[in-house]
Amino acid sequence: MNSQIFNRIKTRAIPWIVPVLLLILWQAAAELDWINQRVLPAPSNVIQAGWRLLISGELGHHLYASFWRAATGFAIGAGLGLLLGLITGLSRIGEALFDTSLQMLRNIPPLAILPLVILWFGIDEPAKIFLVAFGTLFPVYLNTYHGIRSLDKDLLEMARSYDVSGKALLLHVVLPGALPSILVGVRYALSIAWIILIVAETLATNSGIGYLAANAREFMQTDVVVLSILLYALLGKAVDILVRRLEQRCLRWHPSYFHSQQGASA
Amino acid sequence: MKLHHPTERPQIRLEGLSRNFGARTVLDSLELKIPQGQFLAVVGRSGCGKSTLLRLLAGLDQPNGGTIAQPEGQTVRVMFQDARLLPWKSVLDNVALGLKTDQVKRARAALAEVGLAERAHEWPTRLSGGQRQRVALARALAHRPDLLLLDEPLGALDALTRLEMQGLIERLWLAHGCTTVLVTHDVREAVTLADRVVLIEQGKVTVDLAIDLPRSRQIADPRFVALEQQLLARLLHGQVAARPANTVCASSATSYPKAELNTLVEQAG
Repeated sequence: MNSQIFNRIKTRAIPWIVPVLLLILWQAAAELDWINQRVLPAPSNVIQAGWRLLISGELGHHLYASFWRAATGFAIGAGLGLLLGLITGLSRIGEALFDTSLQMLRNIPPLAILPLVILWFGIDEPAKIFLVAFGTLFPVYLNTYHGIRSLDKDLLEMARSYDVSGKALLLHVVLPGALPSILVGVRYALSIAWIILIVAETLATNSGIGYLAANAREFMQTDVVVLSILLYALLGKAVDILVRRLEQRCLRWHPSYFHSQQGASA
Repeated sequence: MKLHHPTERPQIRLEGLSRNFGARTVLDSLELKIPQGQFLAVVGRSGCGKSTLLRLLAGLDQPNGGTIAQPEGQTVRVMFQDARLLPWKSVLDNVALGLKTDQVKRARAALAEVGLAERAHEWPTRLSGGQRQRVALARALAHRPDLLLLDEPLGALDALTRLEMQGLIERLWLAHGCTTVLVTHDVREAVTLADRVVLIEQGKVTVDLAIDLPRSRQIADPRFVALEQQLLARLLHGQVAARPANTVCASSATSYPKAELNTLVEQAG
């Protein structure tokens, strides 16, 4: 029993050894004046800056603004991607109609259309949400389409011969079968959402983590710049953990997730 | 319990049934009548068209010519060589696939029949090959089919599990009494289970043999052995004729051909 708990703590702790060691090294280097504080502030300064912004409420405000943009853009982009993926995956006509166009659009880097987006939407919220949606649509679309098209034909044939069709076929066979692939798309889309958001928020805005960084750069506040970068890293990690949980929940039938199921019941 | 239906009118009639894939003719004006409740085994070499015949019966494929006359509204269920269980559904939900919500207790009953009631809530990937096939059998039976089609269902199992499964299939067939068509390459399996064995060669039925032995059958019974040998000899006949004279089969034509020897070894072991 005790060794079980110890083992669990051990497996939880191991991934954090390297980051913590790097932080200690960094702090020591700053204390010993090996690095110029103007170039790279000490971790303690970054934490102080974080605390200051947290108390003033600025941090919460900017975090919420970024999160809201990412969530809205992702919901629109991933939703459309899923819908289009279902259409092209399930119907030959849908595939003929949309797939070529989507494959062409997919090759446009989202940030390449930035000038056009600013002309269309100005520099307000819709522009950023559009960019995030544009960036997240394609990974979800491609993986949904691919997931459906690479479904086991034998299973589909079996389902049809057992009179499973229409909505039941979609819910019980097609979607669960394509889900591992769709979730890969979702994970990929989420990381793209953050990348696009960082750039969009540094360009023109008055809220969000990107703004926090850009603004701090104007005033040479390297501690806040580093804080913003770390916030992106932490948020990215948080979202990744969320998707992993989702995968473990949705794909618990999958042999590669058996171990985590056992871990949860232990 | 009625085991044989010699005078019953045919319920399924295949007339002039043809199927070709490109230039290759798989079924060539095949004629076959299957009486209701019969356990029919279809044997033949690989690629002789026996699985194609089954797929046509199941409606999974369409013939190029000829007709299949089946009773209206008949429920047909297939058990495939690979279990084809949905890995994302529990064992019980797999058995209940395609059943209406008020029929789900049938799934439990079917699962109990194949002896896997206690595994109802596990994932199919946790089961052994034999257990998966039992689940697939339960899934087919839960629909109470009028026609049960078995497409080499035991082909991928080890010898011992195969024997167990044969016993299970026979027991459940006797209990349910549905018309059953078993496609197999294993002559002994066909003679063990079926009321009647047909051999398909060059897309036609060339041997139609009634197996009039009491169940459950003993493979050491001389009549069993005779029927098995008769079918094997016919199956191997084409092979011996087609092969050059210096092969093993041709040189040992008077003693046991190789495949027969293998089955004898299996029997001894």
